[in-house]
Amino acid sequence: MIPAQFQYAAPASIPDALALLQSNPDAKILSGGQSLIPLMKFRLAQPAMIVDLNNIGGLDYLRDEGGWLKIGALTRESQLEDSALVREKYPLLYDTTLSVADPIVRNRATLAGNLAHADPANDHPATMLAYRAQVVATGAKGNRTIPIDDFFQGLFATSLASDEILTEVQIPAPKPRSGGAYMKMERKVGDFATAGVAVQLTLDAAGKVEYIGIGMTNVGLQALRAKRSEDALLGELPTAHFIERAGLFAQQDCDPNADLRGSVEYKRNLVRVLTMRALEKAVARAKGNG
Amino acid sequence: MNVTININGKEYSDDVEPRLLLAHFIRENANLTGTHVGCDTTSCGACTVLVDDVPMKSCTMFAVQANGKTITTVEGLAQNGKLVPIQEGFHEKHGLQCGFCTPGMMLTSVAFLKKNPHPSEQEIRWAISGNLCRCTGYVNIVEAVKYAAEKMAEAQNG
Repeated sequence: MIPAQFQYAAPASIPDALALLQSNPDAKILSGGQSLIPLMKFRLAQPAMIVDLNNIGGLDYLRDEGGWLKIGALTRESQLEDSALVREKYPLLYDTTLSVADPIVRNRATLAGNLAHADPANDHPATMLAYRAQVVATGAKGNRTIPIDDFFQGLFATSLASDEILTEVQIPAPKPRSGGAYMKMERKVGDFATAGVAVQLTLDAAGKVEYIGIGMTNVGLQALRAKRSEDALLGELPTAHFIERAGLFAQQDCDPNADLRGSVEYKRNLVRVLTMRALEKAVARAKGNG
Repeated sequence: MNVTININGKEYSDDVEPRLLLAHFIRENANLTGTHVGCDTTSCGACTVLVDDVPMKSCTMFAVQANGKTITTVEGLAQNGKLVPIQEGFHEKHGLQCGFCTPGMMLTSVAFLKKNPHPSEQEIRWAISGNLCRCTGYVNIVEAVKYAAEKMAEAQNG
């Protein structure tokens, strides 16, 4: 399949890229391209111009800095997968990365692109909700930081302006006694999630939940926060009783559509089960039994 | 746009449209038809090539993005007519039936074995999970990768 014609630019710096975006409001930013290029081949996307970030140096970093894990715009999924820091300290992010597409796609795909694309079926948005991450948007006037809860604005929509670039993702470093897990049901490797649930939590010295974030994948027009499930657990011991309650709230609060992957009823039930399993695994990891 | 891409040690230059996919540049501009286009939707991995030694799906990259890069396709594996271990493995272990997925399978495996020279069966299956075989020949493909790993280890131990 051949995409529609477009103008191509591969600037060597962020200021050059911003200038191109300002003079071409219909331009699309290309990072890994593993979502955008297929959409262009289907002609679901027909941007007049592509601004390719891949020739900009220094954007493929992964830094543990000032209480944050900072991830650059061109950091590939495979870099996250190969990082000991991510594997040991950010098990939720590690789980999520491994569930994105397949190993070859992950050599090219980026975390920042996964978020900026804002497909409700993408895996990282729910995980970023669970971490309460933030993203850095760079525009002509400089940088602004967007909390993840303000970032997703519905189907394929974000709060990024057309002349802003998502240059960095920032994930708060988990405190001691933290754990997380991503549970995804997929029909085969590389498929989008039938449903997915991301959990990140911290226990206090007495074993009660002092931090909790729960995000849900592909059961709404955007990744959803399971607010009532979080509230059900906050301040409580994560016993079977409260985990079950959290699962039931998630089942009620998700908003899936029926499609080839399953009926609404099936997906809601799946969300309940995945929420409980992700909570159990996150608690085990927080207690060091991951 | 003018692009110059080094494929298997030889430079190919051409004036191409930005929308030309790397897979088509390799097949139609460089006339190297060992790289296959299967699903054309980033799923099957038949178009996998090494871009600066990293496996990528060449149907999901524009040729202009490969300007100045070094690419290895299946035609670049054998040296002076001598098969490399992964090719020998597919031959010895009957790792193919129709052969359509084979170039992608081999290039993925070459990069994987460099990273993980002594893989378990589970690790091999995980590594090739982005390459689909429709002849259902995974058992023998896994055997072929194992064969290559052993062969390479032997060569190293002299």
